[in-house]
Amino acid sequence: MGKTIAEKIFESHIIDNPCDDIYVIRLDAVFCHEITTPIAINDLIARGKDRVFDISKVKAVIDHVSPAKDSKTATQGKILRDWARRHKIRDFYDIGRNGVCHAIFPEKGFARPGFTIIMGDSHTCTYGAFGAFAAGVGTTDLEVGILKGVCALRYPETIRINVTGKMQKGVFAKDIILSVIGLIGVNGATNNVIEFAGPVVSNMSMDARMTMCNMAIEAGATCGICAPDMTTVEYLWDFIRDEYKTKEKALEAFQILCSDPDASYAKTVQHDVSSLEPVATFGYRPDNIKPVKAMEGTKIDQVYIGSCTNGRIDDLRVAAEILKGNKISDSLRGVVSPATPKIYRQALDEGLITVFLEAGFCVTNPTCGACLGMSNGVLAEGEACASTTNRNFIGRMGKGGMVHLMSPATAAATAIAGHITNSKLFNGR
Amino acid sequence: MKTFSGKALFLDRDDINTDEIIPAKYLTENTKQALKPYLFEDMNLEGFNNKKDLQEKSIIITRENFGCGSSREHAPWALEANGINLVIASSFARIFKRNMFNCGMMAVELSPEVINRIFSVFSNSETEIETLFDESSFTLKAGEIKESVNFEISEFDRALVMAGGWVEYADSRY
Ligand code: SF4
Repeated sequence: MGKTIAEKIFESHIIDNPCDDIYVIRLDAVFCHEITTPIAINDLIARGKDRVFDISKVKAVIDHVSPAKDSKTATQGKILRDWARRHKIRDFYDIGRNGVCHAIFPEKGFARPGFTIIMGDSHTCTYGAFGAFAAGVGTTDLEVGILKGVCALRYPETIRINVTGKMQKGVFAKDIILSVIGLIGVNGATNNVIEFAGPVVSNMSMDARMTMCNMAIEAGATCGICAPDMTTVEYLWDFIRDEYKTKEKALEAFQILCSDPDASYAKTVQHDVSSLEPVATFGYRPDNIKPVKAMEGTKIDQVYIGSCTNGRIDDLRVAAEILKGNKISDSLRGVVSPATPKIYRQALDEGLITVFLEAGFCVTNPTCGACLGMSNGVLAEGEACASTTNRNFIGRMGKGGMVHLMSPATAAATAIAGHITNSKLFNGR
Repeated sequence: MKTFSGKALFLDRDDINTDEIIPAKYLTENTKQALKPYLFEDMNLEGFNNKKDLQEKSIIITRENFGCGSSREHAPWALEANGINLVIASSFARIFKRNMFNCGMMAVELSPEVINRIFSVFSNSETEIETLFDESSFTLKAGEIKESVNFEISEFDRALVMAGGWVEYADSRY
C-alpha cells in the first residue's frame, strides 16, 4: 500500500522505536527563538550538557519582543545571543537583521522538501508548506533536539483536505484555512498531519501555502503539509541550484516524496471553496467563524496586519491595494508589521510602506509584537482587534481584549470603515 | 534516578489544571528553579495554603485528570523544584503524564477504588510513602497503619525514570 508524504518523510528518518507507538527520528533542522529556548539552554547548562549537535542545522532568531521592551525580555535575548555566540551558530538573527521566525527561516531557504524540523513553538507547522515534516515541541524535546538532533514522536496519521473550486473575489488562503478549522473543529486533527491538496492549493503561492500550514495547529494538527511542486522549486531555487543543477531535476527529486495515489488517510475531506465568502472569527476559539457579512458593523479599536500567518509580501500587497488612496477611520488605529527585513525592504521598494503611512498606519519593525500581546499594539481591557494573526484565545493580545482573526484584505477594509466589513466593498481582489 | 519516597500531600479534588499548578504569568522565568515559590499559587482548594502545606512534602496524591489544561512543562518543573518527583492519581491528562516521565519523574495511576481507599485511610494523618521501584510497589505508612500497593508503568517510562528523563536517556542512547 502507498504512503502519504508525511509517512514517507517520517519513515526515512526513524532511528529507533523505544516503545510501541513512539518513534525516534533524526532531525534536519532545529529552530530556536528567545522565548522558549533560554530555559532549555539553562537546563542543558545545569546538566553539564551545554552542547549543540550540529551548528549548521541549528538556527536561532530573536523575534518575539524586538527590540527588548524591558529587562526580562532583554535577558531572554541575551541568553540566546550568548549561547549562539558560544557555539558559533552561524545562522543567528539578532535585532536589526531579525524577523518573525516562521517567515525568516523559510526566506533563508532553511525549510526544504523532505526535511524534519522541530522548534519550541506551536506554529512550526508552517514549514510544511515546503513539503517538510515540521512539529512544534516542548522544552524537553527542544533540548534533546539541540543536543542530539533527534525527536521522539508518534507515527503520524494523515488527514487529507482536498481544496477544490474557484475562489471568489475577496477570498484568500486565510479565509480557506479559517473555514477548514471551522469545518473540522479545534480538535479535528489532533495528533494528525493535515495534508492540504487539490487544485486550489497547487495554484497557491508559497506565501499562501504558509498561511494555510501555519494554522494547522489551530485544528490540533502536529503539522500541515503541501506536496512540493514547481512553485516550491522556484521559491527555493537560489538555495538549491548547486545541488540540483536544473529545476526539472529538483522537481523530480521532490516528487518522489509526494503522497502515493493509493496512500491511506485517516480521513479525507472534500472542501469546495466556490461558495466560500470572506470569514472572520467572533469568539475565543479559532473555529468560531462567521462570514464577514454576518459580522458587518462589529466595533473595532485596532487593526493589526502582520505575524507568521499574514505578514508576508503577498499579504502587504493585498492590504495596500485596498488601502491605497484611503485613510483609516478616526475611530481606530492601525498597526502593520512586515514579518522580515527583506519583506520590509520589498514593501518599501514597491511603495507599499508609503501607502500604509499615508493611510494612517503605524509601521513597526519586523517582530511578533502584538500577536502575542507583549509589545507593539497590546490591547486595553474591553478593546477589539481585527487581526491577521492566528490565535484569538482570551487575552492573547492583551488582558480583556478580543481578537477577530481575518485575512489582510478584510483587515484593510475594516481599517477604512472603522468596523468589520467585507473587503469586496472596497474593490478588494 | 530521582527519589520517589517521602511525605505525602493529599489534594482531594478532580481536574487540577496546569494553571493551578503553575500560573501562566511565571512562564517567562528562564530557569526551572525560579518556579519554586509559585507552585500551586492559584490552587483552588478550600483551606489549602501553598506556603504551609507543601513543606517537607515530596509526593502528591490526588484524584481524576491531574495536570489538565495547557501542556506547559513548567508544571512538572515546578513540582521538581519543590522536591516532588511523584504524583499518584486515578488519572492524568495525557501530555502532563508524558512531561512527567520525560523529566524522569513519575505519574502513577491507581484505580479510583484504590485511590478512594487511600484517601479514606490516610488523608487525615501524616503519611510516609516508600517506593520500591524495582518491585513496582508503594508502602504507605501512618503511625501503626501500613499498606502496600502495586503500580504499573510502561517499559519505556521505566527506562526514562531509570535514565533520569528523556534528555539523559537520549544523550546516552543516540
Ligand atoms: S507571529 Fe505570533 S504566532 Fe507567529 S511565532 Fe510570533 S507570536 Fe507566535
